[in-house]
Amino acid sequence: MNAIFKSGLAMLAAGTMLATGAIALAEEPVKGGTLVTVMGSNPRNLNPAVQSGIVTGFPGAQLFAAPLRYDEDWTPQPYLAESWEVSEDGLSVTLNLRKNAVFHDGAPITSKDVAFSVDVIKEHHPFKGMFAPVESVETPDDHTAILKLSQPHPALMLAMSSQLMAIIPQHIYGDGQNPKQHPRNNADVVGSGPFKLVEFKNGEHVILERHDDYFMEGLPHLDRIVMRIITDPTARAIAYENGEVAFGAFESLPRIINRLKNVDGLTVTPEGYGAIGPLDWLAFNTTKGPLADVRVRQAIAHAVDKNFIHKALMLGTAADAKTGIHPDSPFYEADVPDYPLDLDKAAALLDEAGYPVTDGSRMSLTIDFGWPGVKPQVEYVKAALKKVNIDVEVVASADFPTWAGKMGKMDFDMSWDTVFNWGDPVIGVHRTYVSDNIAKGVWSNTQGYSNPKVDEILAAAGKEGDPEKRKALYSEFQKIVAEELPVYWTNALPYHTVYSDKIGNPPLGIWATSSPIDNMYLKP
Amino acid sequence: MNLLRSILIRVAYAVALLIAVIVLNFTMMYLAPGDVADTIAQASGGADPEVMEAIRREYGLDQPFIIQLGTYVGKVLQLDLGYSFFYNQPVMQLMLDRLPATLLLVLTAQIVALIVGVLLGVISARNPNGISSHFVTLFALFGYSAPVFWTGILLLIAFSLLVPLFPVAGMRDVTLEDPSFFTQVVDVLHHLVLPAFTLASIFLALYSRLCRAAMLEVLGSDYIRTAKAKGLSDRQIVYKHGLKNALSPVVTLAGLQFSAVVSGAVLVETVFSWPGLGTLALQAIIARDTPVILGILFFSALVVIVVNLITDLVLRTIDPRIRTGSA
Repeated sequence: MNAIFKSGLAMLAAGTMLATGAIALAEEPVKGGTLVTVMGSNPRNLNPAVQSGIVTGFPGAQLFAAPLRYDEDWTPQPYLAESWEVSEDGLSVTLNLRKNAVFHDGAPITSKDVAFSVDVIKEHHPFKGMFAPVESVETPDDHTAILKLSQPHPALMLAMSSQLMAIIPQHIYGDGQNPKQHPRNNADVVGSGPFKLVEFKNGEHVILERHDDYFMEGLPHLDRIVMRIITDPTARAIAYENGEVAFGAFESLPRIINRLKNVDGLTVTPEGYGAIGPLDWLAFNTTKGPLADVRVRQAIAHAVDKNFIHKALMLGTAADAKTGIHPDSPFYEADVPDYPLDLDKAAALLDEAGYPVTDGSRMSLTIDFGWPGVKPQVEYVKAALKKVNIDVEVVASADFPTWAGKMGKMDFDMSWDTVFNWGDPVIGVHRTYVSDNIAKGVWSNTQGYSNPKVDEILAAAGKEGDPEKRKALYSEFQKIVAEELPVYWTNALPYHTVYSDKIGNPPLGIWATSSPIDNMYLKP
Repeated sequence: MNLLRSILIRVAYAVALLIAVIVLNFTMMYLAPGDVADTIAQASGGADPEVMEAIRREYGLDQPFIIQLGTYVGKVLQLDLGYSFFYNQPVMQLMLDRLPATLLLVLTAQIVALIVGVLLGVISARNPNGISSHFVTLFALFGYSAPVFWTGILLLIAFSLLVPLFPVAGMRDVTLEDPSFFTQVVDVLHHLVLPAFTLASIFLALYSRLCRAAMLEVLGSDYIRTAKAKGLSDRQIVYKHGLKNALSPVVTLAGLQFSAVVSGAVLVETVFSWPGLGTLALQAIIARDTPVILGILFFSALVVIVVNLITDLVLRTIDPRIRTGSA
């Protein structure tokens, strides 16, 4: 009895040892290998300091390092900045740079390069707001950069990630040529990140190789990254399935996501897109006609069944979104007014607003859309509003610029739209709701929405250094806009990352592939 | 002399046509609402208005129409197709980079379609009511009526996924380490099979139907009967006397269809991520990259003109009636 018990215990112990041994083995990253991954479109150029967007973000974040990087729970981690501090008054941010950091050509990365990069980004990056309060960058020594601000600017912390703040070498890009059209944005790139450019062939691929003098100890694990450019989503799906491509991000077609979920050896996950923060919504032009009345907008929200959109159109791949801040963001407020399907309530609201049914119709509205992928949503809205006697005419634009031009001029009643948060709300959220950004081109406040209280809250939240107070301000903001509905948010865009069993440490932080994949490895 | 004269007239027409193509296309691009600043903003996930204005200024899009047109035509006359707005690279270089891939695809597809199409046409003409003839008709109808991108995706699912014989996308495998020249050639051909066959499928149908009809007509004519009476073998009659005479409408059509092959290539290249002019054209249209669109249209017009000229010359050699001007 005793002996049996003992041997059982021994077996158990041996089993545990085996198990832990196996885990330890699996978690030990392997050096070397070529990763074959895929991009869905062709990047304009590879320099994130002058080109925003997720397409440049992937190669850009491998070629160039940024001061900070982020883990899954939105906490900043040291990257090119070993440490950093924000002054008491919030008006200066000191970055202590790594002393061993060098560019791909061997030149040291200094505070001068940080100052130069900030200048270039301020001048040439499409997002003006993110570095606007930065007045100057002081460089007391080679490894200290002090960003001087005109007002506290907490958004700077997320703006210092790879997607938005590439540190570029002054000795290459400071030669007097326009950085936006610099020939070395596409070829002979000299970067600061974990991988060096081997070749960028427009329409075919971007090939990167390991930067041996990378400043992060023991990284990167991969020898080489081949980023193939495959624009057709079906062809990409087949490439994942037959193993030609081992990893890819930003897959957003529900049918393909669900198909790939059933493939053995592939993992498909929506994790890792919080900072990208893509949201789908139904936009209203609040400046004219019936839609100027908040009751009409609320009635429309009650008539549109989000459940149908989630289940029938997004096939269960997309998360609900109740406000203008992505549900993965720490600032997301779920406790806001919402609009369950209720046709009676919708009818009552429309009656109250002074739009009774005459000749079977209460009003006629138009709905625009800018790309073919969202046609089902638009057709659904038309059908749903028919039930509350609103006639909707669908207006298709020939292409994106045609639609964008109409939005910029606010020449629409309703429109389907997809807008990204881009990290901090100051960068990607404020633009839709503040009244001094009305009709300033596509993805500005094209709703013509204006509420002095919202302006005030957002202005305060933009410079509130205390995270708790800031969260409270954004929570108040979300409650107001969810009540007034300048747009009706339906869901988060279902971006998914696909990776094979061979991939270790896929980038599932908040920035998806717009972050360094220096710790990704290939399992043997 | 006659030949030289007709070539000269053709060239004069061609130049006028090219100028018309440039001006018309430029005007159409100008009239379309929105511009590349919008698509750059799209690729960036948004852009502030001053950034968009700066883009328009840099590319001269804020200038009046006539100045923009004048500048462009002036540059084209100096054989300068300008810079791509979207990629900041010379249009000529972007096009030359992509040209070999498209030529390879289009020529392969055209040759495959011609050879297989003519063979199928002959086979079905020799026994017009046989089972093989019905099979050819069915096959041709299917190839002609199925949308080319659908055929492409179907072939991908069949031969890249279910029976993984061919790669999904691209023109070559860049993960090969230090490949020899021979390996590279084999690799490219391996990648070429599916797209070339997809593109060929449409034209194969046309050629086989046309060849069948022409062969049926020719095989019923007097000189064929004479040849039979002379005691020539079946094979000699069909291929030497029949086919040679039936070919001329097929060659005419092949020439006329060349522009259709090029436009078909846009779809095929997109499905197979074939790095040719077609994918470049599609990207440029989506991005409103006017210089690239105009460059490709200019080039396509040039190709069509040249191919038509060549078709004429080929017809002269295979059909003596055209040479003497009696047809």
